[in-house]
Amino acid sequence: MDVLLTPDEWTAVYLSLKVAFWATFWSLPFAILTAWLLARTRFPGRGLFDGLIYLPLVLPKVVVGYILLLTLGARGFIGQYLDAWFGIKLIFSTAGATVAAAVVSFPLTVNAIRLALEAVDRGLETAARTLGASRLDVFVSITLPLMLPGVLSGALLAIASALGEFGATITFVSNVEGKTRTIPLAIYSATHMPDGDAMALRLTLVSIVLAFGALLLASLVDRRIRAMIGRA
Amino acid sequence: MIEIDIRLRRPGFTLEAAFAAPDAGITALFGRSGAGKTTIIQAVAGVVRPDGGRIVVKGEVYFDAAARIDLPIERRRVGYVFQDSRLFPHLSVEGNLRYGERRSRLALKPIGFAAVVDLLGIGHLLGRRPHSLSGGERQRVAIGRALLSQPRLLLMDEPLAALDEARKAEILPYLERLRDAMGLPILYVSHAVDEVLRLADVVVALRDGRPLAIGPVADVMSRPEILPVIGRFDVGTLLECVVSRHDGDYALSTLSFAGGELRVPQVAMPIGSAVRARVRARDVALALARPEGVSVSNLLAARIEAVRQQEGPYADIELVVGEVRLAATVTRESVDRLTLRPGLAVWAMVKSVAVESRSPDFGEPG
Repeated sequence: MDVLLTPDEWTAVYLSLKVAFWATFWSLPFAILTAWLLARTRFPGRGLFDGLIYLPLVLPKVVVGYILLLTLGARGFIGQYLDAWFGIKLIFSTAGATVAAAVVSFPLTVNAIRLALEAVDRGLETAARTLGASRLDVFVSITLPLMLPGVLSGALLAIASALGEFGATITFVSNVEGKTRTIPLAIYSATHMPDGDAMALRLTLVSIVLAFGALLLASLVDRRIRAMIGRA
Repeated sequence: MIEIDIRLRRPGFTLEAAFAAPDAGITALFGRSGAGKTTIIQAVAGVVRPDGGRIVVKGEVYFDAAARIDLPIERRRVGYVFQDSRLFPHLSVEGNLRYGERRSRLALKPIGFAAVVDLLGIGHLLGRRPHSLSGGERQRVAIGRALLSQPRLLLMDEPLAALDEARKAEILPYLERLRDAMGLPILYVSHAVDEVLRLADVVVALRDGRPLAIGPVADVMSRPEILPVIGRFDVGTLLECVVSRHDGDYALSTLSFAGGELRVPQVAMPIGSAVRARVRARDVALALARPEGVSVSNLLAARIEAVRQQEGPYADIELVVGEVRLAATVTRESVDRLTLRPGLAVWAMVKSVAVESRSPDFGEPG
């Protein structure tokens, strides 16, 4: 394996995949819940909530990272309790990098899932209820399977944006090798080293391969799901 | 008994309906679009909440505005068959059929899977996906799915409206079997006269959110006040008949009813079978003396019960033939020329009879 990449580079690749996977894994249930709230419910302050969700998409990523530092950092108003009560330190850690990636990718995920949810025929949900299914049962047995392609594309967007996350990560959790130095941060570091060109180029190629692989996997899974739910 | 007494107000529409439907057989909610038919069954299902009133099905209160009772949809145990079938696309036909069956809370399920599959002729479709089915097959699966949820009553919202004539003819016999085999009350929404005549036992005729007439199908569909619902072209009388003779030489059958006999093209039913014969008012002509030398073979001695002059060229005549009433439509000019009046004895010439237990319209040879 060392033929292709140096151990440092492998560390960055492995870390990127790990961060992207866990960021997506943890944000997906919240993204589904948020999409459901936005698509199906009316409550006071919904407009503000809607704007808040999409904020990380339009703000400079460095600003997002700085806000995370202010709130979740060692002296942040949430961060200090995380440390005092649970012993969780996000700063300079892989968990912090995961949080940064999750926050930045969240609006994209919510949006993809929300579109899929709005496309689900509500008549089918009513039919399911007349057949004896409770609201929760309807969501699990009808709504969720029918919006699965949207959840999948949301998850893919989340992984892609997490793999590419730079600004928020470097601002929030800095650039620590083996902990927060994902592929983009490693490329950035390489361009600052006297003979880092080869490393930057190899990691760039890895990024391209990963992106293509993800797209390929997504289209395969998407086709399977569409066939499964009868939309082929 | 299914007791419905609901009030509902929406912009531009008010529904005020109170009636009771029997515990078995098909009760048709009949009327034009916008009459409130679908809203009524949606209220029974719990999909629409009325502003006031009560809905009680076989003693169980589904809705009572005064007592603040509004049973959730999933606890009402209604089998709802939608116009657009609404099969779940991600499940197979069997998965769809089992969806409600699996969720039924009954320990002993009186409506069995095999019986329903057999009744509806869908055994060969079980492994298929809904998108690969024809419209008629889809609707049969939707009916099966509703039945297997072990409902206390079946709600059918124009289940044939989205189908062409051939598909309708394919499904109608299944609906008749369903009505006769299951002993389940059915509320059947329709705007089609022929469907109502063929399937219904009781009719609730609705107009602008209010019931116009309620009663046995033969009675309601013959009443003059439902003319605005049926339309002048289709208004007529339904006669409950028995097949009394077949005449093979001429390929004719004779039907007996409480007012006499009708000769119709041969019906493929044994002697003694009950059939419904429908005589449209515009197909009944009147003569003061027994007509001679006419080709019409159905001549009935009648007495005029009432004459109702309408605006426009026509008048509605109510006749009594033996023990039954028969509607006729003639021009107002004829009323004056023949001085038609209540009490007058006349001869009714019936130009065409439709036998409703078979689907096509059989015209009498002239």
